[in-house]
Order: sequence, then structure tokens, then C-alpha cells
Amino acid sequence: MSITRDEVAHLARLARLALADDELDRFAAQLDVIITAVARVQEVAAAGIPPTSHAADLRNVFRDDVITPSLGAEAALAQAPAAEQDRFRVPRIGVED
Amino acid sequence: MTDSTTTTAGLPVSFDDAVARYEPVIGLETHVELGTASKMFCGCPTVFGAEPNSGVCPVCLGLPGSLPVINRAAIEYAIRIGLALNCSIASWCRFARKNYFYPDMPKNFQISQYDEPLCSDGYLDVEVEGQQVRIGIERVHLEEDTGKSLHIGGTAGRIHGADYSLVDYNRAGIPLVEVVTKPIAGTGALAPAVARAYVTELRDLMRALDVSDVRMEQGSLRCDVNTSIAPAGSDRWGTRTETKNVNSLRSVERAVRSEIERQAAVLDAGGRVIQETRHFHEDTGSTTSGRSKEEAQDYRYFPEPDLVPLAPAPQWVEEIRAGLPELPAARRARLQADWDFTDQDMSALRNAGALDLVEETVAAGASPDQARNWWLTELSRRANESGVELSALPVTPGQVARICALVAAGELNNKLARQVLDGVLAGEGSPDEVVAARGLSVVTDSGVLAAAVDEAIAANPEIADKIRGGKAAAAGALVGAVMKATRGQADAASVRDLILQRLGQA
Repeated sequence: MSITRDEVAHLARLARLALADDELDRFAAQLDVIITAVARVQEVAAAGIPPTSHAADLRNVFRDDVITPSLGAEAALAQAPAAEQDRFRVPRIGVED
Repeated sequence: MTDSTTTTAGLPVSFDDAVARYEPVIGLETHVELGTASKMFCGCPTVFGAEPNSGVCPVCLGLPGSLPVINRAAIEYAIRIGLALNCSIASWCRFARKNYFYPDMPKNFQISQYDEPLCSDGYLDVEVEGQQVRIGIERVHLEEDTGKSLHIGGTAGRIHGADYSLVDYNRAGIPLVEVVTKPIAGTGALAPAVARAYVTELRDLMRALDVSDVRMEQGSLRCDVNTSIAPAGSDRWGTRTETKNVNSLRSVERAVRSEIERQAAVLDAGGRVIQETRHFHEDTGSTTSGRSKEEAQDYRYFPEPDLVPLAPAPQWVEEIRAGLPELPAARRARLQADWDFTDQDMSALRNAGALDLVEETVAAGASPDQARNWWLTELSRRANESGVELSALPVTPGQVARICALVAAGELNNKLARQVLDGVLAGEGSPDEVVAARGLSVVTDSGVLAAAVDEAIAANPEIADKIRGGKAAAAGALVGAVMKATRGQADAASVRDLILQRLGQA
């Protein structure tokens, strides 16, 4: 098992998700399948092949420090589930006590 | 969250007592918003105080399909900062995703740097009570600022107990540089002053480099202070806390001080300090417990797949180095030598925020001593009275220099000069306009003065006799009478000379 039930519980806590015991069991098993599948990549990673974080062999892609038009509040908020005072309204932020 | 068995506050411990028995170690993480025109990864503006969400676009809102592109100026500014802090500049580094669940970033992550900072391993020398302290710089890295949340309902403005929150993403994506010090140990009772001196020096440095407006009150320079204490002589460091919300230079000093006192009380009571984030309260000067700190692994950093690596060419770095301006420490040394000021004079000027003002006043023709005296006494007093910074007083260095010149030329005495300043501050115009409008020039008409002197002598025959008898010191009373008669508009030294002359003593 490459991911433990405790690790899933920890991730759930970080994500402010209240998972029930049976959900932890179910998700731990499902995540394990995913991680095991992805981990197969390690089988082909051999010495002499540098780790890579990007598919394109590029570096230093910059833009000039120039202002371009913004969306404006109306357009930016048009698709927001809720807005108030020209701001995005978000549900109560979970804080651990 | 507070566990009463481990964080019992204990009996209050005074600061002197705490640092006599415990050795503090501090560390500072300072965030500086860069003064680029556009954001870190998109072309939205970086204006402070704009209408909410007016400066946002698909990139800084994290909308699907948008891609970030690095602002070259932000990289250049960060390298400038790194070089000024004597850091090595990485020849190759990457940005990383810092993942967390908080709506101040719409992407659910912040683009930052993790194990590959752009600049590392430098130092900054600061001066504290005549001692030079070298502060090690661990790293300088680039990231993007977050949005601003407004918490609605519950206790005013607090996230705890709020019903919901409103987020403005104008600030999200503004380039932010984080400067992290190495642990600063061995400063003992000076630790709070060292923390303040460091942030002050860093602020002055950023200003000199012209990379940020570094206004703590507007949040363009923000400081988190790490503090731990261990019993004196111990070879291990204590558990550190991270104090946030430290928004002024004075607060930096107070936060370290109060955290040292609090931790000493906890340890004295047999408790242990827990690693946590604490919030500094400006009103009480103390800290309260915040959330327990996430571990770095909780942020699940990984290389940012939407950005390619950064590899500043050595030639570019050298060009930036060659273009560095005179740095604050060198400038202060130069000015001190030019002005022939003492160390005390210089620290008084710095603490009052008067260095630039004095420099400009001298440049406008005043002598260094005159300029210093005006800004540190008369003008400081008025700034205090109106509760504003010296630089916010409605008088220019050029106007102060003009008042100094009028005094030096004998056209104003000190009392009149202060009245001229009153007029300038009241918006009555330039010093010369105030002199003309209020009729404030010194009485130089010899006939008028002579008449006033004769009148004073006639009215005070006994004093006049004493002076005739050789007691020149008695002239003061007559000078006072003449000044009164001329409503303060005479030059006291000339009046004295005239009195002595009339009574055969000159």
C-alpha cells in the first residue's frame, strides 16, 4: 500500500474535508490504485536521465513589464457563484479551533 | 487549540529578567511588494487602493486555460535585491507550486519558490547602539502576492466566527520578494532592537534600490518574526513561534520583546512552547495564538509545470551589479563625513526620518548644522503635534533652507524665523511672501533702534549705572526691554552691542 489511511485523513484535514470512516477506507483504496499506476513511471527512470519538470526544453521565457487591459470587476465577477461589494463571496473559511 | 497543560502562561516575567536567564534566537521573514508596473505573471496593474477586482484577468484569477509568463522586471528587481544583500544568484532555478486550501488565491495554490531560490547566502550589516551586527541572509525568493479577504459577520473583521468572506484579487499576483534571515543568535537583550534595526536597514535598502515603495502601513513591506528562547548556556535552541501582523518598525521591536517575555513565563511555569503562528496586536503590544503551523510538506510543493526554468545569464547579473546605486550604509558614511556629524547626530536623523530632508536642505544652501537643528527640533516638534511624519509637513527643504538663509543674513532672528515657519506651514506662501505679508523682518532702521535703546536706558537708570560700572552682563535686562518695545523684531545681538556702545562699554 503506497498511501496509508492516516495520510488520507491528514490530506482531508488540510483540505478541510470532513470524511467519514467508510469514506476514508474507500478513498484510501482508490488513491492507492492511482498512485500505484503513476508510480510505474519510476520503473523507467534510470540513472543518467535527469529529472524533468517541463516537457519543453526552454528557459527564461519572459514578458516585458507592460500593463495590459484587465477584465474589470463586472466581467471578472460575472461567473462567480456569489459576489458582494464587487468582491467574490466565498463560504465561511474553515479555521481549526 | 490552546493546550492548557503545555502553554500555561505562568507568572509574568519582565524583559530584563527573561534575557538574564534565557538566550533569544530570532529570525525574520520579510515580504516586499515590488514596484513593477504590472503583476508577476500577467499584465494587470499593481496600483494600491484601486476599486475591488478592477485589476484582474484570467491569469491572476486562475481561470482554466490561462498561462503565467514571468515579468522580466520582477526578476531584475529580485536580482538587484540579492546582489545588494551580498547573495549568490542562482544560475538555474525554478518556481514551485505551494498548495493550500484558502481562498486568497483563486488557483488554490501560490506560485512561489521552494528549494531553488533565486538568491541565497548573503548578509546585511546593521548598527545597533553603536555596535555593528551582521545579519545572515538565508535566501531571497520570488513569489506572487495573495488577494485580500474581508470577513463578514461574527466579531468585526475576524475570520473566527465569520459568516462568510469577500475576496478582492487586485493584489493577487503582485510580485513579492521574500527575504529570509538565518537564525540570529547571541544578541541577548539587544534582540528586539536588532530586529528593528534589520527591518529599518532592509527598508532603506529597498528604497535606495528603487524596487518598492516599502510602505509598511500599506502592506508593501510586511514582516513575520520568529522567536525562540533557550536557557542561557544551553547548546540547543528552543521551539520557535512565528508572529504575524507586525506592521510597523516599532511593532517589530515590541513583538520580539513580548514574545521573549511570554515564552520565559511559559518555561518558568514548567510548560513548553508550542510551534505555532501568533498574531501581534498593535493596541496591547502582545501576541495571541493563531493556527498551528502547517509543515512544509503539507504545502505539497512541486515544480511549477506552467513555467520554464529561470537561468539568469552571468552577463545580465553583472550588468545589474554594475548598475547598483550607492547603498544606504555607504551613503550615510559619506554624508556623515561631509557634514562632520557625530554618530549620535546620524542616528537621531535616521530615527526621525530626516536624513533625506536634511540632505535636500543642505543641497538648497543651508549649513548642515542649521538644517539638522531645524528638522530635529522645531520641525520635529510640529510634526509630533500634528501626528504626521516629518516628510508630510507642508514645508519643503528649499523653504527651510531659505529661512536659514534669512537668519544667517540677519534679516530674521530665531523668534521671527519660527513665525515665518508658522506662516509657511499655514499655507501663506513662501518664506519671503510670509515675511512681506506679516511684516516680520528684523528692525534694522538704526534710528528706530537707537530711540528704543535710549528709552530703555532712561527707564532703567540703576541697570544702566551697573553697566557703566563695567557689569556688561546686566545688559540682558535692557536687551529684553528693547526687544519688547520692538515686538521681538530686532536682532538681540545688535541691540546688545548698541546698548554697550551707548553706555561707553564697547
